[in-house]
Amino acid sequence: MTWIVATASAERLNLQLQGRWVVAHAGDIRAALAALPEPGTGGLHIDVSHAAAFDLAGAWLLDDWLRSPIQAALPVSFEGELPDGLRLVRDTLGAGNRADQEQDKEHPFNPVRLLGETTIERVDDLRAGVRFVGRVAVTFARACVSLRRLRPISIVRHVWDTGFTAVPIVALVAFLISIIIAYLSATQLRAFGADIFVVDLVTVGVLRELGVLLTAIMIAGRSGSAFAAEIGSMKLNEEIDALDASGVDSTEVLILPRIIGLTIALPLLTFIADIVGLAGGALLCQQLLDMPLQQFINRASSAIAPTTFWVGIWKAPVFAVLIALSGCYRGLQVRGSSRELGRLTTMAVVQSIFLVLLADALFAVLFMEIDV
Amino acid sequence: MDSVMVNVQGIVNRFGSQLVHDGLDMQVQRGDVFGIVGGSGSGKSVLLRTILGLRRPQAGAVQLSGQDITTLNPVALRAAKAGYGVTFQHGALFSALTVRENIQLPMLEHLRLPLDVLDGLAMLKLRLVGLPANAADKYPSQLSGGMIKRAALARALALDPPLLFLDEPTSGLDPISAAAFDDLIAYLQHELALTVVMITHDLDSIFRTCNRVGVIVDRHMVVDDLARIVDHPHPWIQSYFHGVRGRRYAPPAPSTGVPHGT
Repeated sequence: MTWIVATASAERLNLQLQGRWVVAHAGDIRAALAALPEPGTGGLHIDVSHAAAFDLAGAWLLDDWLRSPIQAALPVSFEGELPDGLRLVRDTLGAGNRADQEQDKEHPFNPVRLLGETTIERVDDLRAGVRFVGRVAVTFARACVSLRRLRPISIVRHVWDTGFTAVPIVALVAFLISIIIAYLSATQLRAFGADIFVVDLVTVGVLRELGVLLTAIMIAGRSGSAFAAEIGSMKLNEEIDALDASGVDSTEVLILPRIIGLTIALPLLTFIADIVGLAGGALLCQQLLDMPLQQFINRASSAIAPTTFWVGIWKAPVFAVLIALSGCYRGLQVRGSSRELGRLTTMAVVQSIFLVLLADALFAVLFMEIDV
Repeated sequence: MDSVMVNVQGIVNRFGSQLVHDGLDMQVQRGDVFGIVGGSGSGKSVLLRTILGLRRPQAGAVQLSGQDITTLNPVALRAAKAGYGVTFQHGALFSALTVRENIQLPMLEHLRLPLDVLDGLAMLKLRLVGLPANAADKYPSQLSGGMIKRAALARALALDPPLLFLDEPTSGLDPISAAAFDDLIAYLQHELALTVVMITHDLDSIFRTCNRVGVIVDRHMVVDDLARIVDHPHPWIQSYFHGVRGRRYAPPAPSTGVPHGT
């Protein structure tokens, strides 16, 4: 396809534009312009009238190409009037306005600068996190004055959303994990003829650690993300501002019920996970080791100390507070765009799982020190 | 070339038992600035979505530049959609992209262009709608309401479409910005030889920019030149143009005492 017919006459380059000079062909037109010979001292004479179409993109390409001959002070003339599109492009961009088209460049990569910026960012984030926890604590203390301000209906809704609807998946995961432990330990212990200790491993493992830990991780993925996304999209929609502007404390209405609701729901879910986990262990012992149910129960009740169950269950509210806090905190940080919402929801989940594991490690050390 | 740019013939839109349009007709000629008005809930947005091919009407045909878009296959419909530009009421800029990327998105999706051409054209469109060059790298959340409307207009113009649809272009703007935006639309319409279809509630906008007006009343459309439609006997049209807010446009112009402000 020919876009330009160029003929030279007496040092002057005559250009006749052809075809459709529209945005759809901008790439080809640019290549055709770049392939033109350098205009001589006689300058340029351009005829646009033979082009089947000449839109703004075509005009811009021509104008852009004409910058260097015009800068070189070569005479540029047109057949007839200056084409409308070209006039519009020149009016829009203007001669003086070209300079500010240059973008201020980003700072070049500088490791020291990057390290400093990241450090400041992290410290600010930590400080804001502490401030958020403080605000929630103060709001909680104030709300404790009356039952109405604790929003019981809202709390019940969150117990339902985060607790009751999660029962099937939490039970399934607890069942599967107890089967995994029982199977793994059975194959190892059988070599020593110590089959009976499978019961110890399953019961103590599920009650002390795995029941609560896996439930907390499931809930972090399920409800931590939901909290961040709910609050984040409310933030984007200016609903949080609307609450605060109408004299309603958004922390009291949105954050507290979520934290309290999850703090109630997670211990209950942990209890269910414990029961299902033990049942799964009993079932596998029966199938795999031909151990009668009565023997499993006898062995289990001698294996677990009175504190074993409570050690697990007491961790649940702590994990719940950590999950709810990081979900709500990240949700409140959403600003401006849908991408932020996704980024902070992801961050909420990753962070709450990390915090749960960190807290569990600290608990393990603590419980060992105080010998329970 | 055919001079009818938009030809809506007898469309019927129904939601359950609720009939929104019952055989609505509408023609927009090349070079028109066509204002669509109607009460809240009269189906202006449904009509726009139908014309844009986002919604298939229960009956009737919608022709854009002579092509019936209600019968096109998805591939042809996609190509037809490159033939018009749209701005939505709240801008609908992609919040995760900068203004420059927003403008470039239609070009990237429909065309294959070198990067410097993309940048140059995006900058041209940006300046064309009156935005400063430094707005290019800002995100929509960093822009004011008026700038969002302008950036949305720049995106709508990305592919140099001959046809432009505007959904409430001046809603949410202060009167001065709204007037400036009306002037911008009139300027671009004239310079780029655009055909413009706009939904608006703003009487100032209609009188500043439109030459034809279509009013949706009783599930149909009454279309006429601006000068004549103000005298249409339908009670809704009468109260729209001659009610409390519309009174200052009532011919003949009162000689005293009516302040021209907004």
